[in-house]
Amino acid sequence: MLSINNLHARVEEKEILKGLNLTVNPGEVHAIMGPNGAGKSSLASVLSGRPGYEVTGGTVTFDGKDLLALSPEDRAREGLFLAFQYPIEIPGVSNVSFLKTALNEIREYKGEAPLSAKEFMQRSRDMQKLVEFDAKLVNRSLNEGFSGGEKKRNEIFQLAMLEPKLGILDETDSGLDIDALRIVSRGVNKLRNKNNAFVLITHYQRLLEYIVPDFVHVLSDGKIVKTGGKELALELEEKGYDWLKEPVA
Amino acid sequence: MIMTKYIETPLNDRLSAKFDLAILRETDIPTQKIRKEAFAFFQKNGFPSIKHEEWRFTNMLPFLKDAYDLDVLEHNVSKEEFNRTAQLVSEHLSALNDSMKGTHKGAYRIVCINGKINEALSVLPAEEQLRVLSFPEAVEQPLFKKHFGKIAKHNGFSAVNTALFSEALMLQVPDNQVVDKPVHLVNVYLTETAIWLNTRHLVVLGKNAELDLIETILSDNTENALFVNSVTEIALDTQAHFNHYDIQTGRQNLRLVQHTEAHQERHSHYSNYTFTLPGADVVRNTLHLYMDKAEEECHLYGLYFTAGRQIVDNHTEVHHQFPNCESNQLYKGVLTDHSKAVFNGKIYVYEDAQKTNAFQQSNNILLSDKATVDAKPQLEIFADDVKASHGTTVGQLDKEALFYLRSRGISEDSARNMMVNAFAFDVTQKVKHEALRQYLENLIAEKLQALS
Repeated sequence: MLSINNLHARVEEKEILKGLNLTVNPGEVHAIMGPNGAGKSSLASVLSGRPGYEVTGGTVTFDGKDLLALSPEDRAREGLFLAFQYPIEIPGVSNVSFLKTALNEIREYKGEAPLSAKEFMQRSRDMQKLVEFDAKLVNRSLNEGFSGGEKKRNEIFQLAMLEPKLGILDETDSGLDIDALRIVSRGVNKLRNKNNAFVLITHYQRLLEYIVPDFVHVLSDGKIVKTGGKELALELEEKGYDWLKEPVA
Repeated sequence: MIMTKYIETPLNDRLSAKFDLAILRETDIPTQKIRKEAFAFFQKNGFPSIKHEEWRFTNMLPFLKDAYDLDVLEHNVSKEEFNRTAQLVSEHLSALNDSMKGTHKGAYRIVCINGKINEALSVLPAEEQLRVLSFPEAVEQPLFKKHFGKIAKHNGFSAVNTALFSEALMLQVPDNQVVDKPVHLVNVYLTETAIWLNTRHLVVLGKNAELDLIETILSDNTENALFVNSVTEIALDTQAHFNHYDIQTGRQNLRLVQHTEAHQERHSHYSNYTFTLPGADVVRNTLHLYMDKAEEECHLYGLYFTAGRQIVDNHTEVHHQFPNCESNQLYKGVLTDHSKAVFNGKIYVYEDAQKTNAFQQSNNILLSDKATVDAKPQLEIFADDVKASHGTTVGQLDKEALFYLRSRGISEDSARNMMVNAFAFDVTQKVKHEALRQYLENLIAEKLQALS
């Protein structure tokens, strides 16, 4: 599904990804862990097409397409979804009309007819229930006045509505209390299936107790330095990241 | 050196010639006196230049150079003009109706062609609700005598209007009358050559009277220079409520200078909603509110969305002269291309006006780095128990927010439109008529589309 090959990128003059390789197949959940400043969130930004990030080398293919050649909206329409670390508040844009526009632009791209108002409402109700998202929040302005937890839960609700092939969750666990973390994780677990995949970017092992990954990767200094199963996360929790740093040659 | 503040153009001489004609034609002695005083003011002062403090951001000189036809003689609409107008009005109404979707319970309609009411195209309310009088027949009315020419103060433009106007419309809502549907005033402008119009309105609401007035502009599709120099005087009696909507669209070579002044009595409410869209070369709105008694309210909302090399200038003054009054101003601007906007808002709180609440806010988004905004809020407070505030912001669309929307599959254009509409939402949501609000949102979307 996603194949990242020797990816180099920089923001302004700073090199942040230095030859990153990663392959994600349908049905898999990958966790990317690493110390602060290792390039975890930058990877999410580069994949989603955030302005300001410049790819200087390597390739990324997504379902056979050159992902890096696509605009951010076309990446989303192809089935990539980034759950933001800091979701944006947009007063005056209603959550509902925003989601409806997004969903229908994605459907149009795929050559599908737009959802009727009734179909949309039905889908919205089903997904609210599935990911335990408060109906009152759906009718408000996009993230306006939402608590940190509500914003993160809205990201998962959007993910449920848009049904991407690949969901990248950028530090979705940060700032969540244990109850919110459980709800978010339950949502993701319900949305997991054999056709989609998730990349969880996280600093802490805690999230991985709830969403159990198939692979854990350690990102350090712009590269993946170690890959293992879910037990690697526990080891990192215990030992920290320092032991992974290669001795200076 | 006061003269350097003003400009002399060949137009001034032609205005003088036309003034002599207007005086000859004027049979009403008090009105003749008002005209003479106004013209004396103009002759002394001329049109304001950018050296004049109130006009320093908007240079009118380039718009005063065309050879405008200043015909002040009464002019009857030809059959062809009538048909053209009927066609334009019907298209305009169908655009309005398309956005109404059954929520609309209709509106009365006053169609004015170049300032003159056309009864055949108008649908007026019953006379006991609203009296619609054109100028020559209005002069005998006591309320006309009381207010006409007494409310609007002179500047170069308003003085020319007062001296030379040939058509005027008086709208009067008698005491205790609530006009049951909004009144849609369609200002149709037809040109065969460059013309200068001095259009004039007097709106008088009696005690407990209520009126919603929606003004729109219909201009022909020629490129003739068209200068619309209008004056609106408003008098609101005790407990009157006036919602005044002004939708300013237009075309290239249309220049719109509009002077609106209102005097309010106790417990009256005046709300002004001015929406300026791309089209006209220059729009200058001067809006002055005088709160003449205690316990009044006024709300001034403006949205200007500018394009091309357009200049849109809103100058407001709110005079709090008595205690316990509230004024609230919210102006928002979206600027594109090489356009320019000016917001100059003054609030005066006089010594006796204790317990005044006066608020003013002006927020602007620049969608182009060639666009400019001059915003100048001014507060002059002479009372001590007052709540007053003002604020101005100028910024760009939030890039992170744009990216957020795009990352959900929304195209860049739709994302920008959503954000512009969201920015304008504070103002558009104030429009009480659903159909009108929808019409405005459609207009904004259409104009945004034209940019991309």
